[in-house]
Amino acid sequence: MKEDRFLTKGINPSKFHKISHIAIVVLVLVGFVWLSVHLIGLELDFGTLFQYRNRLWQGFLMTILISVGSLVVSLFIGLIAALGQEYKVLFLQYFCKTYVQIIRGTPLLVQIYFFYYIIGTAWGINNRYIAGIVILSLFEGAYIAEIIRGGIQSIDRQKYEIAISLGLTSYQTFRFVTFPLVLSRIIPALAGQFSSIIKDSSLLSVIAVIELTQTTQEISADNFRMFENYIFVGFLYFLLTFAVTTLSKKWEKRFHYERRI
Amino acid sequence: MNVEFKAISKYFQDQTALENVNFHDDVSSLAIIGPSGGGKSTLLRIMGGLISPSHGELLVDGRQLRFDRKSLQAYHKKVGFVFQSNGLFEHMTALENVTLPLVQSLGMDRKEAVHIADSLFERFGLHDQRSKHPYQMSGGQQQRVSIARAVSVKPVLLLLDEPTSALDPEYTADVLDMLRELQKEGLKTMIVTHEMGFAKHACEKLLFLSHHTVVEYGYSNDVFKNPKTHELQSFLDLVLEWKV
Ligand SMILES: Nc1ncnc2c1ncn2[C@@H]1O[C@H](COP(=O)(O)OP(=O)(O)OP(=O)(O)O)[C@@H](O)[C@H]1O
Ligand SMILES: [Mg+2]
Repeated sequence: MKEDRFLTKGINPSKFHKISHIAIVVLVLVGFVWLSVHLIGLELDFGTLFQYRNRLWQGFLMTILISVGSLVVSLFIGLIAALGQEYKVLFLQYFCKTYVQIIRGTPLLVQIYFFYYIIGTAWGINNRYIAGIVILSLFEGAYIAEIIRGGIQSIDRQKYEIAISLGLTSYQTFRFVTFPLVLSRIIPALAGQFSSIIKDSSLLSVIAVIELTQTTQEISADNFRMFENYIFVGFLYFLLTFAVTTLSKKWEKRFHYERRI
Repeated sequence: MNVEFKAISKYFQDQTALENVNFHDDVSSLAIIGPSGGGKSTLLRIMGGLISPSHGELLVDGRQLRFDRKSLQAYHKKVGFVFQSNGLFEHMTALENVTLPLVQSLGMDRKEAVHIADSLFERFGLHDQRSKHPYQMSGGQQQRVSIARAVSVKPVLLLLDEPTSALDPEYTADVLDMLRELQKEGLKTMIVTHEMGFAKHACEKLLFLSHHTVVEYGYSNDVFKNPKTHELQSFLDLVLEWKV
């Protein structure tokens, strides 16, 4: 078969080739931003942010804490909602399907207001941080449920027949076959979802959870340097998501078992 | 091993796969041949306890096989299965694939399981494959690891569903040689195959399955020499047309 001429599969560029092309990309991007800033006569001074370093650091940590907390809880919710959709008790099946449908069909901002001010108030949940993590987890859990469901469906029937023929119990089949196979296949999608969690957590600022974005808003009210503040905070978010992507690439390589069909 | 199929039928939704299959004999080495879609895989999967029949009974050594997971678990320690292709777990190395049933189903300790696996690898020329994942092996090597895994638990009967049909000719010979050796050691086999040479020379009995039921059965030599039905005659003419 002929290689696709537009895809790089099988082509191996040299190191110099790679570095020079990375340089081109960086140059173009930086140049474009610099030009834009210059055109509107903006003078950026990031030095003023230095005095807020403690608050930024606190906000940064809070964003990490909320994101990791939400990741754990949403994985749990997602797993239940994924399995629940296949479960034989109809009531549970419909419940899980409805949950996924509604959450995926409405904006996070609306959900935050609704859950915090109506549900949260009604049931006396006052802690913003706990409420924040729960709301974010409910939101991301619906997406994770779909990722997990897709992973389970990608496993062909023969894998289960092999497990049966080897005399494995249902539990052993789950532990040694289904779970590792599903995990290896959904790691890239899960990593992408984790990046979304990190970015989505910024919306929790609307219920005054003092994470990175809320911190930035407060600082802006103090120093009136919106542009510097938000560019810098964007850079911090990027640091986090970039770390997640890099880690996931490593894992992906490790858990990638080529399938021959 | 005494096997009896009593009026077994299998339907998938409205699709008939087997219709009133009857068979009763001591199996030592049996080849199953027949046209595509005739129900060979379905018959073998019922025999292997992978799917249950829609109607009828299966008796093994005079005892009715019950198709619930618990009863089947004991059965699977006596009856191994080799799939046409992709029969290994892709996330495990050859060694892990082979030791999995030893440790998990038989409850053997890991060291002993590794020892058994290694001696099988040694014997079948697979020792340099032990740490490889399936995608790093050729199809023939994968099939031989599959067979090694199936026989590692010392089953009485080994079922193979077209184990060589996805392989190049030189790998086919490797796999068939390995099977022949196991048969000589007393392993009972039931194999669905398109390798007529193997069916004729390496299998004692032959079963011709067509249109979802048994059309002919007997000693391989006899059946090949004197096909009784027009159906088998034309099937053989067809598959042997291009043989040298
Ligand atoms: N899971 C299934 N769902 C629906 N129909 C099926 C299923 N498995 C088998 N069948 C049908 O049952 C019939 C017998 O299939 P089977 O796989 O046993 O044939 P076979 O003799 O093994 O054919 P081949 O030589 O092509 O492997 C076919 O018509 C097939 O389409
Ligand atoms: Mg078949």
